[in-house]
Amino acid sequence: MKVKIKIDGIEYEVPSHYTVLDACKEAKIDIPTLCFLKGLNETGACRMCVVEVDGARSLQASCVLKVRDGMKIKTNSKRVQQSRVTTLELLLANHNKDCLKCNRNGKCELQDLAERFHIKNIYFDSFEKRTPLYDDTSFSIVRDQSKCILCGRCITACEKTAGMSILTYIHRGFEAVVGTGFNYKLEDAGCLYCGQCINVCPVGALKEKTHIERVWDAINDSTKHVVVQTAPAVRASIGEEFGLEIGTRCTGKMVSAIRRLGVDKVFDTNFGADLTIMEEGYELLNRLKNGGELPLLTSCSPGWIRLVEQYYPEFIPNLSTCKSPQQMFGAVIKSYYAEKMNIDPKDIFVVSVMPCSSKKYEMNREEMERDGIKDVDAVLTTREIGNMIREVGIQFTDLEDEDFDHPLGEYTGAGVIFGATGGVMEAALRTVADILENKDLDEFEYEAVRGVEGIKEAEVEIGGKKLNIAVAHGGENAKKLMDLVKNSKKQYHFIEIMGCDGGCVNGGGQPYVKANVRNTGIDVRKLRANALYEEDTIKQVRKSHQNESVQRLYKEFLEKPNSHKSHELLHTHYTKRELFPIK
Amino acid sequence: MAKLDLSKAKYAKLKKFIDENQGETCGLMPVLHQAQEIFGCIPIEVQKFISEELNVSVAEIYGVVTFYSRFSTEPVGEYVIGVCLGTACYVKGAQKIIDDIGSKLNIKPEQTTKDGKFTLTATRCIGACGLAPVITINDDVYGRLTPDQIPEILSKYTDELEGE
Ligand code: SF4
Ligand code: SF4
Ligand code: SF4
Ligand code: FES
Repeated sequence: MKVKIKIDGIEYEVPSHYTVLDACKEAKIDIPTLCFLKGLNETGACRMCVVEVDGARSLQASCVLKVRDGMKIKTNSKRVQQSRVTTLELLLANHNKDCLKCNRNGKCELQDLAERFHIKNIYFDSFEKRTPLYDDTSFSIVRDQSKCILCGRCITACEKTAGMSILTYIHRGFEAVVGTGFNYKLEDAGCLYCGQCINVCPVGALKEKTHIERVWDAINDSTKHVVVQTAPAVRASIGEEFGLEIGTRCTGKMVSAIRRLGVDKVFDTNFGADLTIMEEGYELLNRLKNGGELPLLTSCSPGWIRLVEQYYPEFIPNLSTCKSPQQMFGAVIKSYYAEKMNIDPKDIFVVSVMPCSSKKYEMNREEMERDGIKDVDAVLTTREIGNMIREVGIQFTDLEDEDFDHPLGEYTGAGVIFGATGGVMEAALRTVADILENKDLDEFEYEAVRGVEGIKEAEVEIGGKKLNIAVAHGGENAKKLMDLVKNSKKQYHFIEIMGCDGGCVNGGGQPYVKANVRNTGIDVRKLRANALYEEDTIKQVRKSHQNESVQRLYKEFLEKPNSHKSHELLHTHYTKRELFPIK
Repeated sequence: MAKLDLSKAKYAKLKKFIDENQGETCGLMPVLHQAQEIFGCIPIEVQKFISEELNVSVAEIYGVVTFYSRFSTEPVGEYVIGVCLGTACYVKGAQKIIDDIGSKLNIKPEQTTKDGKFTLTATRCIGACGLAPVITINDDVYGRLTPDQIPEILSKYTDELEGE
């Protein structure tokens, strides 16, 4: 059904389910918004988007107002303009305006608005009177309340996407802040470190804990051998840091750029992913054969691991004991590679480039080191590596494509798709099926586990066995699936869960996608995932067990999957963690 | 810190309330009211309990508890002494009053005596400026105070308690 409305005197016909904001967009008018995230945060809280509606006494928030037949809307009246400016001025009055040293400088939605409305005066300055919290106690996330504009976007993302509700409004009125229950540190407040809150924050109030400095230090230290690994999902998004379209695959340029930062080797976490599939594939086969704990739950995502440890500790025995690809890779570098290259592991500095904020926490878990040597020494998010490349002036988009270094830069198509939800499952099935059937199967694409649907289930038949599999992504879906597994009689065999919505492509370390881009209705998760599936199809080798470097690693060093040595280097254990421990 | 009684019996009482009201979408507010009544405040322990019972996160509960002034997270004393620090009272020496009460009771503002009898708190203007400086002790109001009256006023409450 359509309705007739007038916007600034001009008549339009729009679908009746539209909001006034939608209608204005169709009329080619860009109403300013701040708190609004389509489909996620539709609370009408900030009042940046107000318009005048005939017959209504007060200005109306257009993002939550539905169109009505005959509605007359004014978007450009003096009153509307003044209201927007006042709203902004009030926000700025309470804001720590140190743009020049803010991590969002140049990428900030509040700055955009201040610029658009030519803010000249900041009348009220009440900011000085408050003592906002600056919390950098966690390994992953830094919270700076002095930058928070109380838009509530992080609260909703944490509730609806992460399914956690770790952040909330505390106190009221002038005293209101966004914080955790009882102001506990994130570490103890049930947080996954998934960073979905960072991704939606319009300003610099939430950010990753930066490792940039320690990486530059290592690069500039001639005694250090700096080895970089890049996660699959980074190649699908790093282009955005340099203005390329979302979903542009930049594998070769990424390698060139990182090499030009002055590191010694650029390898691929996908090698670690292929190795993970070997270890996890055999773990699944063993559990199936020997009546081990089922379903087997994947363990690549540290956000998901935190979810189990804090909220579903009864499922700890179900978790695969495999370390994540990043950690496996680090462990291999500091043992096998060190030995081969004849370098003291102490002198090797492993940098992971990750789409993830939780990986910064993961590298600091105490199980992730051997004899006091950490598997991984620094984790850079996609945003951080973007900053480093820009800082030294490498012209990313003009670079020629280059290849990863050998031998640990070799990877298969199966490794690449790890970055999207369903990818680990598909990669594992490709290998497990070949092993059970004892041949190189031609049919190895598993469409049923692809795509961004919250929970995907399938029954697959491999090697004469019927396996019930399921895939979920994002804390909210993960919780739903785990409750299902708990309460249903169905025997699940293998479950893949990623802490982030859409998998790593939408991780908490990925480039910011501003609300005005998000709100156009594009699905960032899909666009980036497509880039990975595309790379999979052009790889010669698309099954992890056929990765020759991985095969060589077993022959020369590890012997076989799940061997004693693998367990020592590539496997780990988990600990139940208490929420809100009482001091 | 005042006495905080987190006995099993009290949890059982709260649990009973939650169970009895489960059918009619046991909302968070009624449960918090009960909890405040039963425990005298809603500390972290109780919030964790409610969080598990209702499947609501601790943060959400904490948000609601801090939003409404009728909920508190720490036990308050039997007698809450409010010292008005509004402009009129302040000018007439309210700071000295609050300091004196504090040192007599051996607590700082916003704290409660060890025996749980008194909580000392600074308030904004309570609208009794004609009586400045003013303090309130539960429902009693004392105006035109001088520091030397404090011991006598406080003793009314300590003696009364001992007499019980
Ligand atoms: S959040 Fe934005 S407006 Fe605020 S200091 Fe940072 S860049 Fe400037
Ligand atoms: S990191 Fe994830 S779980 Fe933690 S507060 Fe942010 S969105 Fe919530
Ligand atoms: S932290 Fe960021 S997203 Fe959360 S309320 Fe503050 S400004 Fe908004
Ligand atoms: S109220 Fe509409 S964008 Fe905030």
